[in-house]
Amino acid sequence: MSRQFWLPRPLFSLFLALLWLLLNRFTVAHLLLGLVLGVVIPFVTHPFWPERSRIKRPGRVLRYVLLLLVDIFWSNLIVAVRILRPERHLQPGFFRYPLELDDEFAITILASTISLTPGTVSAHYDAEAHTLLVHALHLEDEAATIAGIKQRYEQPLKDILR
Amino acid sequence: MNAIDIPWLLELVIAVFLLFGAVVALVGSWGLAKLPDLFMRLHGPTKASTLGVGCTLIGSLLYFSHQQGGVSIQEALVTMFLFATAPVSAHMMAKAALRRHLKCVTRTRNPPSP
Repeated sequence: MSRQFWLPRPLFSLFLALLWLLLNRFTVAHLLLGLVLGVVIPFVTHPFWPERSRIKRPGRVLRYVLLLLVDIFWSNLIVAVRILRPERHLQPGFFRYPLELDDEFAITILASTISLTPGTVSAHYDAEAHTLLVHALHLEDEAATIAGIKQRYEQPLKDILR
Repeated sequence: MNAIDIPWLLELVIAVFLLFGAVVALVGSWGLAKLPDLFMRLHGPTKASTLGVGCTLIGSLLYFSHQQGGVSIQEALVTMFLFATAPVSAHMMAKAALRRHLKCVTRTRNPPSP
């Protein structure tokens, strides 16, 4: 059997083994268990993985993560305030977000970002229409919300992968 | 194990993180109890609780880093897992709700057609 078959993603295997050791005390038993998990998990989940994405600009990943952390903080505060205010002030709504990204992994990241940040939860990915159905807790201006997501999150993601 | 004395400033910072995290998590749970439909209720746990647990974990990270002398990396990993998994579970719940055509409040804009 070839290496490609047993170790489809060697870096991911190494990452899993290290992660297991970080979560546990370092002993030989945990090292062995971590290595076994590192081989078994990629082997079992490999068929579900999308095509390999290439990160073109790793420096921008860090910038994106920092931006995300700050935005998570603020949007959480906004959501908390909206929950505390009387419910009749809320105007919930759905909207369709037209995707420009093609890469499946990047779309996953964008959907997660939408769910974690500005008062929105992504509900459905329509592969044919190439849109995300998004629910917003408080939807005032649909076009402005879409433009905001596009400029703040989708554009940086495109830059990272381009 | 006896607790090592903590400088008061660090103690204050840890207390602020823990209290703030607890309050935000409480608000998130309050939203879960109060909001009228499933889609709106989803916002409570995905956001407010993520920040709440995140702040609690930062407090815990600071405390145990000080106690054990060295960065306690486990809390940082837990936070990472939380941020990676919360949106996925919210997405799956929203998808299931859409499939089952659950009702949303009547004033919802552009409700999905059944």
